[in-house]
Amino acid sequence: MWLIMTALAAVVTTVIWYVKAPEGKYKLGLLSLIFWGATLMWFVDHVMAYLTEGGEFFEINPDATLLGLSVIIFGLLVWLIVLLVSDPKGVLKRFLKR
Amino acid sequence: MACFLVPMGEAIVTTVMQKVVENREKKVGGKGTDNARLKWSHKLSWLNKLLWGGTVLLALEHVWHGEVVPWPPFLTAMENPADVAPMLHEIATFGVAMAITVTVVWAIIVIVAELKAKAMPEAKVKPISGGE
Repeated sequence: MWLIMTALAAVVTTVIWYVKAPEGKYKLGLLSLIFWGATLMWFVDHVMAYLTEGGEFFEINPDATLLGLSVIIFGLLVWLIVLLVSDPKGVLKRFLKR
Repeated sequence: MACFLVPMGEAIVTTVMQKVVENREKKVGGKGTDNARLKWSHKLSWLNKLLWGGTVLLALEHVWHGEVVPWPPFLTAMENPADVAPMLHEIATFGVAMAITVTVVWAIIVIVAELKAKAMPEAKVKPISGGE
């Protein structure tokens, strides 16, 4: 389930990045690459596990859904920290100068 | 069990590579560079973001499943000698496959971006904001 949710997050963030392009102020490219990286890795993990161990390809249960949500929130949190540290609008700088 | 360690190792290497390439590009400046080509430091930053992003989110999944803990030896498989061999096998198969796949996808993105940049008239070429 977390693979599907991360892939969905990757697609949505890529669409938003494309709509906003070429402006890269809010580092949406970073956010989409974070989700794409995880999507690719989990896709390989799921395929290999399916080929070697068998069973269901997607794990669909409340625990897997909660993990998917946590992964998306964590990805957003990482992006937010990078965004606030780089402070492209200078909001934090101005706030701290007060 | 610990498959994300391989992409993490690759990410460390490519991050160092990006810094080295960035310094070289700064030293060289605009001299001898083709405007229609993307900078290597920029291309490597895409790979770093893919690898670090994947590593961080996979690490969370491993913590969720109790395979990684915040105390030594950090990997629960290390606590039981019988689990060490399967863990190393998983690192060698799943981990390497993940790292190769991400690198191949990145290489395809770079090739497509290079072809697009070359096809553009020189006046229109602007730094791509992707991945920033």
